[in-house]
Formats: sequence, C-alpha cells, structure tokens
Amino acid sequence: MQPVSGLLSWTLSRVLWLLGLSEPGAARQPQIMEEKALEVYDLIRTIRDPEKPNTLEELEVVSESCVEVQEINEEYLVIIRFTPTVPHCSLATLIGLCLRVKLQRCLPFKHKLEIYISEGTHSTEEDINKQINDKQRVAAAMENPNLQEIVEQCVLEPD
Amino acid sequence: MAADAGMAPRPLRRALLGSGRRPVGPLAPRRPPGGRDAGRAAERRRTAQAGQQAGSRAFRDCHTRRPRAPYPVSAAWALIGRDLDSRVLIGVAKCSSLPPPALACNARSPPASKCVTTLEGHENEVKSVAWAPSGNLLATCSRDKSVWVWEVDEEDEYECVSVLNSHTQDVKHVVWHPSQELLASASYDDTVKLYREEEDDWVCCATLEGHESTVWSLAFDPSGQRLASCSDDRTVRIWRQYLPGNEQGVACSGSDPSWKCICTLSGFHSRTIYDIAWCQLTGALATACGDDAIRVFQEDPNSDPQQPTFSLTAHLHQAHSQDVNCVAWNPKEPGLLASCSDDGEVAFWKYQRPEGL
Repeated sequence: MQPVSGLLSWTLSRVLWLLGLSEPGAARQPQIMEEKALEVYDLIRTIRDPEKPNTLEELEVVSESCVEVQEINEEYLVIIRFTPTVPHCSLATLIGLCLRVKLQRCLPFKHKLEIYISEGTHSTEEDINKQINDKQRVAAAMENPNLQEIVEQCVLEPD
Repeated sequence: MAADAGMAPRPLRRALLGSGRRPVGPLAPRRPPGGRDAGRAAERRRTAQAGQQAGSRAFRDCHTRRPRAPYPVSAAWALIGRDLDSRVLIGVAKCSSLPPPALACNARSPPASKCVTTLEGHENEVKSVAWAPSGNLLATCSRDKSVWVWEVDEEDEYECVSVLNSHTQDVKHVVWHPSQELLASASYDDTVKLYREEEDDWVCCATLEGHESTVWSLAFDPSGQRLASCSDDRTVRIWRQYLPGNEQGVACSGSDPSWKCICTLSGFHSRTIYDIAWCQLTGALATACGDDAIRVFQEDPNSDPQQPTFSLTAHLHQAHSQDVNCVAWNPKEPGLLASCSDDGEVAFWKYQRPEGL
C-alpha cells in the first residue's frame, strides 16, 4: 500500500512541477519527514506497556500522528507525544523511559529526541515531561536495576 | 547570528585511544566514574572527579601517567575538569597544536595514583565538586538535593562543616567565587543559590530566580562581580552582585548583597545548554550545548556595566557529533578551550577574538 501511495504522490508532485505549480524539492521534504516519522513509529508501536500485556499501539498510547520529525541543520528532531492510559498513571515516566531507550538503540539515523505527554492527559504532565527529557535523570533511572529490567522487558522485540 | 569567525578550522588529526570508538549514549548500560558511589569526592589532594554521565568516557579509559613532557601536557591537563591533578590523563586530542604522543595513553600501564580519602555522606550520585580558591574548602553537590562543604587541614584530614539543604531538587553544579568564600549552586529546581559562612555556619544568602527550567551550570567572571548561568530553557543569564548601599539603588535585605539579572542571552541556542565557562584571562564566555555546538560570546566594548550586551563571536557547528557536555578554558593560555561530549571524545580548540569585535 505504501509504495503505491508513495508513487502516486511522487507522480503528483512531478506533474505539479511540470505545470510550474510547485518546486520539486519542496514536495520531497515533507515526504522525507513522513518516512522518518513512520520509521520511528514502527519502532515504538511494538513496545509493551509496563503493566498490561498489550503493546502501546494496541492501547492507543502512541499513534502515527503522535510522531513528528523535523529536519534542523541536517539533523533530525524527533518529537513524540504519547497519551498515558489513565490520567494519574504512575507509569507514565516508565513509558517515556521505554520510548527513549528503544529509539536510542534502534533508530538508525542521527537524531535528537523530545518526548512529551500529550496535553491535558495527565495531572503532573509538566513534572513528567521535565524528567523524561533530562538525560542525566534518565541515565540514573536506567542504572536502577529494577527499572532497567522492566524497561528491557518492554522494549524486547517480539520473537 | 554572527558567523563562526575566529575559531580555528577543524583540526586535522585525531589521536584515538585504547581499543577505538565504541558507541556511547547517555543510556548505555555502564557505570560512569564516581556515579554510583555516593560521597566519593576526592581521589587525592587537589584531584577531583565529578560523577558526570556520558562525556567522561575518556576518563574511564585512561590510566594515569606521570608526565614527561613539559608545557603541552600540563596545559591540556589543567583545563580538563578544572581542578584535575596533573596526573589524571585525558583522552583524544583533536587539536593539531598539541603533539599527540605526549597525550597518548598507555592503557596497559597500571594507575600511578592512589586514593587518599573517600568522603561519604551523600545519599545519591555526586554531580559536581569544586575547590575554593583558598584550597582549604571543598564543595560537593548531589542528586540528593544537598550541597556539602568540607574543610581540609594540613594533614589532609577532611571534615564536613556544613550540609545545605536549600534546594528542592537535584543539584547539578557548584562553583566557588574566584576570590571570596562564596559558593554558588545550580539545580533542577530552576534556581541558583548562593551560600556564605555567617557566624561559623554556612547559610544560603541569596536565591536567583528567573530561569524557566533546570539550571545546569554556572561560571563567575574574572572579577567575581558577575555570575553566568546556563539552563535547559536555552538561555544564558548574567547576574550582578549589588552590595548594600549601592549607587544604583538596588534594594538589599540587611547586610546581604543582592543579585539581579542584568542580561539574558536568548535565541542563540537551539537546545539545552549543559555548561558555561568564563575565561579568566580574556573574559570570553563559552557554552556547551545539546545541539552539538560550542559558542563563544564576548561583552561589547562600550556596554553599560549595569545592562551589558554580549555578542556571539564564534559558533562552532558540529563541534562534536553528539551533545557537548562540558567546556573549560585553559587558565594559562588565552583562547585554549577544551570540550567533551556524549560522543566519547574530548576536543581542544583555539579561539581568537575576531577583529573589530
């Protein structure tokens, strides 16, 4: 499905360019961002929830639209906004940690990562956002053997 | 933004150490030096290693070695980590003006230093240590939200003289005033706090609020009248000390000086600023940023001391391939700057103030 829609949009952009209605480069840029965003999403959707046996995709914690990729100075900025399952979910930081670890290890292109809780979905979202985006605190959390084990289990690729 | 005039072109040679490059990220499952050992602050007299996270991989791989070569080796050592003993070696040299063999490290030779003392007390990782200019006091700060002040006597005996619990969150960095016994700390709680000894006890004498997120690091200017702070909110703030009875009419409470933010540098950094260093020789201000770049600012020649303006005089894009965590100016050689990064490398740079600025 995707190759077909990719081909369609490429053809469309070519037609538009020939008609003098758009720049070929400009049409390609959003395409690259979408591809990268899908690459990111492919990695995070299989992450398991720390509490339940379902993946984050199944629980609608993450979705395709929650991933945004921007290109800044030849580097990619990946922004993820996830929705924890319940408003007072104490595992929101853990989900943030899993997202970070998975992308750090598996995303092939050089990137900077920002993870946020989607607005209005959590009571202490500012605190959690600050924690998830502080690399020192994230590293300290990953040194905790209990947390490390939980995260490892959540990001483990299904066989 | 100003162009990156004034920075030496990217150095030509790179001397790699040890077994070569290994991928290092902030989440790599490894223990940074001093990280888990709460309270370990002093390796030996005048040696201090902060429990930094990624970026100090060079420390881990190197063993200490007694220097044989003069100047180049000692200059490099002096500027890394600010208070490092001449025997603790640093890793990769990217600067072509420093001969690599002098800095090369033989990983197989055993360490030549021994641990003199272990200071215990902190309940969580110690993030920063700093010697006071007198050499008699040592300050440490930790993720346990406290700042400790230690006194050392002639027999190398350390004694804790104060535990300061003023911050409400992790303390990221401590730094001493260049000439007075005034201590400053930066914290995850978005504030900077200043401490002084009053009647035999250390107290928090000022709290600087203004940053909108974690304050990562601090630096005093050569005169000690101003303090620069850098933050996760992507700004640098310059604070000035006003003594009671000052001419500008800034209010002070009692006999404590008050500090006011006199300048904010915003719009220059696109990500968190992890470190800031103020050159004691030239007055240049260098910043280490999470966008992999190093920037240098200088005060404009005719700027008003009460409302100074700073210009960006050098912008080194991609100084490293990952976040730059730390920058330090050499105390003896003007313009020599060291930086370290999450990419596991330490780099040396030569900075020259651009003409006409």
